[in-house]
Amino acid sequence: MAAAAEVTFLEALRQGLWEEMERDDRVFILGEDVGLYGGAFKVTEGFTKRFGESRVIDTPISEAAIVGAAAGAAHMGLRPVAEMQFIDFISCAYDMLTNYVATARYRAGLSTPMVVRGPCGGYVRGGPFHSQNPEAAFLHTPGLKIVYPATARDAKGLIKSSIRDEDPVLYLEHKWLYRRIKEQLPEGEEILTPIGQARMAREGKHLSIISYGATLWKSLEAADKLEKEDGVSVEVLDLRTLLPLDDAAIVATVKKTNKVLIVHEDTRTGGIAGEIAARINEQAFEWLDGPIMRVTAHDVPLPYAPTLEDFVLPQTDDIVKAARWLAKY
Amino acid sequence: MARVDVLMPQMGESIAEGTLSKWLKKVGDPVKRDEPLFEISTDKVDAEIPAPAAGVLAEIKVQEGQTVPVQTLVAVLETEAGAVASKPAAATAPAAPKPEPPKQTVPPAPPPPRAQAPSPQAPPPSPQAPAPVRSGDGGGVQTAEQRLRTKSTPLVRKIAAEHSVDISRIPGSGYAGRVTKQDILGYIERAPTIPAPGQRPQPLGPGAIEHPAVEPWPGDRVEPWSKIRKITADHMVMSRRVSAHVASFFEVDFTRVAQLRAKVKQTYAERGVNLTFLAFIAKACAENLRKHPIVNAAVSGDSTIYRADVNVGIAVALDWGLIVPVIKHADELSLIGIARAINDLGERARTKKLLPDDIQRGTFTITNPGGFGPFAGIPIINQPQVAILGVGAIEKRPKVVSATDGTESIAIRTMGMLTMSYDHRVVDGADADQFLADVKKVLQEFPEGAV
Repeated sequence: MAAAAEVTFLEALRQGLWEEMERDDRVFILGEDVGLYGGAFKVTEGFTKRFGESRVIDTPISEAAIVGAAAGAAHMGLRPVAEMQFIDFISCAYDMLTNYVATARYRAGLSTPMVVRGPCGGYVRGGPFHSQNPEAAFLHTPGLKIVYPATARDAKGLIKSSIRDEDPVLYLEHKWLYRRIKEQLPEGEEILTPIGQARMAREGKHLSIISYGATLWKSLEAADKLEKEDGVSVEVLDLRTLLPLDDAAIVATVKKTNKVLIVHEDTRTGGIAGEIAARINEQAFEWLDGPIMRVTAHDVPLPYAPTLEDFVLPQTDDIVKAARWLAKY
Repeated sequence: MARVDVLMPQMGESIAEGTLSKWLKKVGDPVKRDEPLFEISTDKVDAEIPAPAAGVLAEIKVQEGQTVPVQTLVAVLETEAGAVASKPAAATAPAAPKPEPPKQTVPPAPPPPRAQAPSPQAPPPSPQAPAPVRSGDGGGVQTAEQRLRTKSTPLVRKIAAEHSVDISRIPGSGYAGRVTKQDILGYIERAPTIPAPGQRPQPLGPGAIEHPAVEPWPGDRVEPWSKIRKITADHMVMSRRVSAHVASFFEVDFTRVAQLRAKVKQTYAERGVNLTFLAFIAKACAENLRKHPIVNAAVSGDSTIYRADVNVGIAVALDWGLIVPVIKHADELSLIGIARAINDLGERARTKKLLPDDIQRGTFTITNPGGFGPFAGIPIINQPQVAILGVGAIEKRPKVVSATDGTESIAIRTMGMLTMSYDHRVVDGADADQFLADVKKVLQEFPEGAV
């Protein structure tokens, strides 16, 4: 047995990138301050020293240029990993990603195996420009894949699978999880989390919570509380991949517990919960023993003020309250 | 402003009318939702009826003292605009299932959760039944209970269709009495064969029993029956008519119970509980009903319903009639729990504080006229149950007792008769006597640890 070391979410991600760059010299990193500085959150610290400036490229502050350059490199047979310093600024590259990258295979037969990754999410008092969850903006773009790990294991497994994928993958990493989540990962084990497969995070009987990212942990906390205080057995499904969604796993949990609560940190209107609810409605309507519920952020740009941020973002107690209501329905 | 009609509620099985005994609000008074609006007196219970919505009492249609059929328009509330649209589902319903509610189609309308952390639109069912609301489509009148019964989730409907179950017959434990998955699965498990609606016996309506008229003699006083007298009279005749009554008599040596009772009576009293012989008897029955399910049953058409719960009714004689409040889940209570329940139900029966649910869902009945001194009596079964236990006077009598060495002598023992009437349609003599023998055994060997 290989020894297991406790690593943070961030370290697991770093290891995944490192291993892929060691394995395949077509893999390279580009982004703002990723080189000498090691990235705003130090994800790529030490990479320049090991892999050199030609494989860890500091770029100008232009997300459109970063994504565009990555796309060109991918067409030419490389495996670029582009970092958005904060995922909020991916909107500057929206045109490149949706009009160009996502369509390249369909429009011109061009393979574009590339990863765009960056820190997302709130709960860190980051305010409206440094806390966003942009998944819904890209969910509607055929041609992209979106992964959103919640565990250290999946942080590593999904970055590796994303790099190896033949299509463009948006890899969202929650900055609140970076150093909060720690996990024993066996040294020397090759971790490859398959894209498109959800993970059963907690088995339960009475009600299912479907979530991902930071709210996955809040959902698990809520599930423990409900089990203890109400005797309600809650199942929690970690989506891991948002595009394509794992319909089979979603339907399976609905058929098992018959009650579903979807929890996400992104705002409510047009959020992914709506899409999941629609799919459950189409594929498992007759298995529902209660309305499909959502716990999400309120529909406002995220405020700076701590009290307001706490109010706007979904908290464990919000999940408990909604689940309690649904359990009794 | 919107108007909400307040109707005379259906307060229990086979109850057709109610008397509005007192208005608690005047026209023009503001009322909160669930705030007591008026008091009613039905065949069996008196109850405060909460307002089905918040608003202002706009009109009173039924005056104090008037007796009207259920569903009669009693009052009109004026509510703030929108309150009606968002709140009718909130009206809670009595928990007991109604035997034959009319089938009506109501579009499914689960309460739409509003924000990310919804507050329940429907509060947990309150023990009181609020007045039903007249449906707004003009297509007849439903109680809130009936409307809720026809609302169900896709899963429950699917299960109901697969098992040919009428959802409206299932007691619901969800919000506002909604039938949940657990409810319907439990129902199907307990009642594998459910008679089709057409075969179900009709509940006994008022006036179903005719009591022949007799000419009064000069000087006689003729007193029309009170509702409770009438329902008791009808019920007794009906029970004699439908059940094959047989009775068994068991003489029980209560000496040990008397000793235990004397020993702990004071301790119980300090805890606010009056420990009676009846509590011991109820405890012994409750324990054994679980072991003898045929005695804890009901007859329905050509089927026997084995009750899942052991709910023991205790007949209480009041100045104005008889009432049988029910100790729910009596088999799950300790001796002190049973004693406390008997005290509580008796007290509330005497002070007219019983709630509709208190007198429903009994599965077995005990009547205890022993205090008046009868040696034994033969009670009439409380329909639709299949057995009723009567308790005779418990007193010291000479009794032949055997010592361990086999010598016999006459001793002074505390003795009492237990009589059980049972329905021979489903309970055979062996069933009844085995049950009684077990009850007797528990009483004569009552474990000290259980006191």
